[in-house]
Amino acid sequence: MRPAIRIAGVEKSFGDTRALCSIDLSVATGELFGLIGADGAGKTTLIRILCTLLLPDRGKAEVLGYDSAAEYRSIRSRIGYMPGRFSLYEDLSVEENLRFFATVFNTSVEENYELIRDIYSQLEPFRTRRAGRLSGGMKQKLALSCALVHRPDLLLLDEPTTGVDAVSRKEFWEMLARLKEQGITILVSTPYMDEATRCDRVAFLQEGRLLAVDTPEGVTALFRAPLLAVSAREKHRLITELRAFPHARSAYAFGSSVHYADLRDEVSAAEIEAYLQSKGLRDLSVAPVKPGIEDTFMALMQEKGGCDE
Amino acid sequence: MKKRFSLSRSFRGFVGKEFLHIFRDRRTAAILFGMPVIQLLLFGYAIRNEINEVKLAVCDLSHDSVSEAVTDELLSSGTFVLAGEPDAPSAIAPLFERGALDEAIVFEPGFGDRLEKDGKAELQIITDGSDPNVSRIITGYTAQVVGDYLGRRTPSGSGGRGVMVEPLMLFNPALKSVYLFVPGLMALILMLVSSLMTSISITREKESGTMEVLLVSQLKPMQIIVGKVVPYFILSFVNVVSIVLIASLVFGVPCRGSHLLLLMESLLFIMTALSLGIFISTMTGSQQVAMMISLGGLLLPTVLLSGFIFPVESMPLPLQLISNIIPARWYLVIVRAIMLKGAGFEYLWKETLVLVVMTAVLLGASVRKFRERLD
Repeated sequence: MRPAIRIAGVEKSFGDTRALCSIDLSVATGELFGLIGADGAGKTTLIRILCTLLLPDRGKAEVLGYDSAAEYRSIRSRIGYMPGRFSLYEDLSVEENLRFFATVFNTSVEENYELIRDIYSQLEPFRTRRAGRLSGGMKQKLALSCALVHRPDLLLLDEPTTGVDAVSRKEFWEMLARLKEQGITILVSTPYMDEATRCDRVAFLQEGRLLAVDTPEGVTALFRAPLLAVSAREKHRLITELRAFPHARSAYAFGSSVHYADLRDEVSAAEIEAYLQSKGLRDLSVAPVKPGIEDTFMALMQEKGGCDE
Repeated sequence: MKKRFSLSRSFRGFVGKEFLHIFRDRRTAAILFGMPVIQLLLFGYAIRNEINEVKLAVCDLSHDSVSEAVTDELLSSGTFVLAGEPDAPSAIAPLFERGALDEAIVFEPGFGDRLEKDGKAELQIITDGSDPNVSRIITGYTAQVVGDYLGRRTPSGSGGRGVMVEPLMLFNPALKSVYLFVPGLMALILMLVSSLMTSISITREKESGTMEVLLVSQLKPMQIIVGKVVPYFILSFVNVVSIVLIASLVFGVPCRGSHLLLLMESLLFIMTALSLGIFISTMTGSQQVAMMISLGGLLLPTVLLSGFIFPVESMPLPLQLISNIIPARWYLVIVRAIMLKGAGFEYLWKETLVLVVMTAVLLGASVRKFRERLD
């Protein structure tokens, strides 16, 4: 099947700042694709190119089989776009927002109610409330309903879970999974690495470069260095001491403990424990741990991004 | 055919949404509709250049029939109230200091006799120079009343010839400042509502990110612009009608020329102001900047340089040149001519043409600058 998105050699600069450098990426139809990266990695720029709001300086982007530069009108009517901030009219009510976005996309709420019922039904009790008075999670649901109301083939969501509580985030991903079942291709960007596991495939973006594109399992498997979970009473000093260890690859806070990766192929927990004891750290616990996808991202982030390499 | 119908549906939805914005925010709605009325009443009642109940002291050193008749004439004009009759000119200054007086007049000894014999007599008018505007108006008005009276007393005119009358009476005879304010106020309010409100409402969409979604939607850029303009066009028109109505019903300001012409010219000026607003919003993406430009860059020049308060002819040359690019200057000429002079289109086509050209240039520039993509 033809891919929903095909990006070849796309570059974009703003003045002297290179936002994207030579991006190649392809998203299959029906896929739930995650674009992971920190703030300023280029996620928003890439999504704006895909929804035809920006033109790439170089390269070619094809969305739903249409060229993003020449056939942008055909793309615009077939995609649902949710910009970074929930772009709602805060002075209009929930219902007025939905109706408005339905009319400007040439449809009505009734025509596609099937698709959004699942999401919108949670908002129905607040139908007459102004969008500005909704909680972050509800704004997110309303914005998603508005982006879906014209039954797009492709959803482009720019950081939909930023600034939303943990429960709403979880619910949101469940909604995306159900939308995927309805055959809608979804590209979603997020700075939260733990959300990567909910995608079919993810791309890791750093300073305008794609550092990895794979399934979550595939990305996790990229991490090969021995990994230890270490905890001690003084966490901050623990990180400093671990980083000072001659064979240290990396040490970073991970939940309540610290994940330590070694440069050598083999490392024993006892060796590290002895080293830390000699540094006067107390209440130590050191245990080997299986790397998760976040460990891979942390490791990838150590690699320098940027266009010049 | 079906496509055109559906496009117009999304356009209608867009215009409807704009009206919702306007009426949803009570403050905006109050400003839009309350401002014209409040400003008109303010200018009409409070901020007057005309004079009323001038406290007048008469120091009559002559006490003859002429000086008394002149005093009676002044006091019976309805403008002056007698506030004292000091015996000597030296007693006047303390009265001014106490704030008991706005004006004092002093008849020289033998005023009537000298007027009869020499055809020349002196009447001193003393006013409070700390308020030069009022002072000048009072002086001029007094001189006119005196001059009129003396002229009437000797129909041949020989008696009045000796009294110097300052040529300040070019004011409108009743000194109705509201006549002058109404046209200026119309220009000001239309400028404010049209430019400020459109530029803010467009930049607000840019700030909130909704513009991105609108651009991706079925709406064409032209429809977005027109959809933004239509509601304010209608509102401004309602404002024009209400200003003209209040002016005529409450203050008795006449509209001597054609009402239709006045409305058509006002619609043209609204278009100019709206295109200015659109142009501003293409230059900036922030509501704050748009507001600064609209208020600082449009409102002040409209008040100060359009001839609303200070006549263009009395400005220094550089300011006169600048005033040419201010749309309100031309609109003001048109409205004053239609309302007060009853002028027809044959006298106003030049000013009208200026406004048409300004609108076309601004709209053209805006459409060129308005992009279907983000910058």
